[in-house]
Amino acid sequence: MELSGGEIVIQFLKDEGVEFVFGYPGGSVLHIYDAIYRQEHVQHILVRHEQAATHAADGYARATGKPGVVLVTSGPGATNAVTGIATAFLDSIPMVVITGQVPTPVIGSDAFQEVDAVGITRPCVKHNFLVKNIDDLAITLKKAFYLASTGRPGPVVVDIPKDMTEPKIKIAYEYPKKVEIRSYNPVIKGHPGQNRKAADLIVSAKRPMIYSGGGVVLAEASKELTEFTQKLNYPITNTLMGLGSYPATDKQNLGMLGMHGTYEANMAMHECDVLIAIGARFDDRVTGKLSEFCPTAKIVHIDIDPASISKNVKVDVPIVGDVKIVLKELLKLLVEKKKQIDQEALKKWWLQIADWRAKDCLAYDKTSDLIKPQNVIEMLSEVTKHNAYVTSDVGQHQMWAAQYYKFNKPNRWINSGGLGTMGFGLPAAMGVQLAYPKETVACVTGEGSIQMCIQELSTCLQYHLPIKIINLNNRYLGMVRQWQEFSYEGRYSMSYMEALPDFMKLAEAYGHVGMNIEKPGDIEGALQEAFALKDRLVFMNFVTDQAENVYPMIEAGKAHNDMRMSGVRELA
Amino acid sequence: MRHIISILMENEAGALSRVAGLFSARGYNIESLTVAPTEDVSLSRLTLVTRGSEEIIEQIIKQLNKLVDVVRLIDLSEGAHIEREMMMIKVSAKGKSRDEYKRLTDIFRGKIIDVTPSSYTIELTGTGDKIDAFVSSIEETNIIEVVRTGISGIARGDRSLVL
Repeated sequence: MELSGGEIVIQFLKDEGVEFVFGYPGGSVLHIYDAIYRQEHVQHILVRHEQAATHAADGYARATGKPGVVLVTSGPGATNAVTGIATAFLDSIPMVVITGQVPTPVIGSDAFQEVDAVGITRPCVKHNFLVKNIDDLAITLKKAFYLASTGRPGPVVVDIPKDMTEPKIKIAYEYPKKVEIRSYNPVIKGHPGQNRKAADLIVSAKRPMIYSGGGVVLAEASKELTEFTQKLNYPITNTLMGLGSYPATDKQNLGMLGMHGTYEANMAMHECDVLIAIGARFDDRVTGKLSEFCPTAKIVHIDIDPASISKNVKVDVPIVGDVKIVLKELLKLLVEKKKQIDQEALKKWWLQIADWRAKDCLAYDKTSDLIKPQNVIEMLSEVTKHNAYVTSDVGQHQMWAAQYYKFNKPNRWINSGGLGTMGFGLPAAMGVQLAYPKETVACVTGEGSIQMCIQELSTCLQYHLPIKIINLNNRYLGMVRQWQEFSYEGRYSMSYMEALPDFMKLAEAYGHVGMNIEKPGDIEGALQEAFALKDRLVFMNFVTDQAENVYPMIEAGKAHNDMRMSGVRELA
Repeated sequence: MRHIISILMENEAGALSRVAGLFSARGYNIESLTVAPTEDVSLSRLTLVTRGSEEIIEQIIKQLNKLVDVVRLIDLSEGAHIEREMMMIKVSAKGKSRDEYKRLTDIFRGKIIDVTPSSYTIELTGTGDKIDAFVSSIEETNIIEVVRTGISGIARGDRSLVL
């Protein structure tokens, strides 16, 4: 087949099985867009800002496990995409971003809309390429997909100068089915000796704790993790990225850990004698003060990335490998070794945990006349039967969604955990809704975050995406305000959002349904009504208590057993 | 601890910036860095000298291995090895110091590779320490220019860095 470079890009995406490309046209990618126009296999989703293209592709990838694909032009197209690339990088999300570039003869001449996209993205991609020869185009794209989706996944950028896609130059094209990269061979199977050592340590525990993260979701190892945890009858906690990889409503689940984790999860981390870390990376929001992290524990750590092992916390038994495969291997070993578990000690440990649980650390005031954000999320979880895809932005609302929504399945909770990108929620929800048109998709956000990508309401109308937006509107950049209350004696510097738009009218102006909810008694009814509108986007503006804080809280640099708990207070 | 890490990497544009960028982004230090193609034109060999605790060095090696352009690497300082650096130094050589610098060059087994009525350019090869020692034995005001290549190295005996 003789094709031009522009046609090769699109034909390749089709052959690779790509359903959607999220993008925005511009000068350097016009040849590629012309090829898009002349086919029907790959659907292009036109966003309103390149940042949203990357978040939408990212949301699609998180929900489906398949790489998200982005197409943007050179210069500002590429720089606008950087935030979304970095977001995907920090959460290890598979993504291929194709950026246009100025023609090769003018690279380096400060040409119109020229930036060094490869240079700018280098620190926040798994790898990137500049295509300098049209013969390399297809194989480079193949390498990009291979790198993005194997090992520890991540975003890969392919920068394509305009002359590589010139319509007049046609070359033979064949879909490269396989590719090998000599320097890239991720370890998949755990080392047998390490597996045995880990199994011995696991069954010797008297106060065990399983700590699992986003790696379990990425490896699609939720089933194995659940079997592993239930066979052992050990307590488990999930990181923010790991929510849903073990059912939230199961009694062995102690909830999320870390800065806004539950009392029982953090106390159990602090007191455990064997910690089994699975697909988690000991992030500072999880560990708190490193010198007092799990002070009495021996640690097993399973991760596909050797560089994640002993990076922040020195571990005793590291296993490098795909968590799904390693868990299967461990399950085999445990069939025999399970008998060695000290059941008496385990019983005592569960009694201790029950004591911590009795504190009911997520309790909040249910008698208030004001809408409590926690209440909205609890109701959302009920109304959607704990089964919706929930995306979020970043801040207090994100933590409440993580704490109060009962995620029982993986890939349902979609948020920017590592980079903490405000503006992520709405475009990510678009990617999820496109992947699963029949599923319920909710975006939990705040009046600060939603305004960072609000323009995407227009994209939602164009593609009929019936997302339900839950705007927890407290007229504050809530998390900033909370830190200012705790650490800056209530000097609320720039955390008040003045001159807010009328969100109901705004939603209507974009052609959607808007709702204002101001009384606690109206929450459930409003949610029922909104979710019944199956084919419409509904923007639900919940006017919430301005003074509410996220509890429990381990302040930055403090240890797991040093938590700030909820109490009745008033905003100064 | 001082470590000499030798890397075989793809001989491609951008590979060097990935290595250098990794060090600056993660706050590791580089004392010297030297790079050139090998007998296999698809590969470059990069040698760098860095310092850090055992934990830091372990992270550096893991992070380097993670770079897609890095094919293989070796921490030369983990075993017996030979390290060499080459220096060209231009010194002001007049009157008494003309003879003195000639003798000094012989003692250090260097070579005078360019001569003018008022200066010598001396070539010297050796470990970093030897080169430092030579430089410090020349009066500072007489040094016109110093060019050092940075350390490169190779393991002794059967240990080697090949594909």
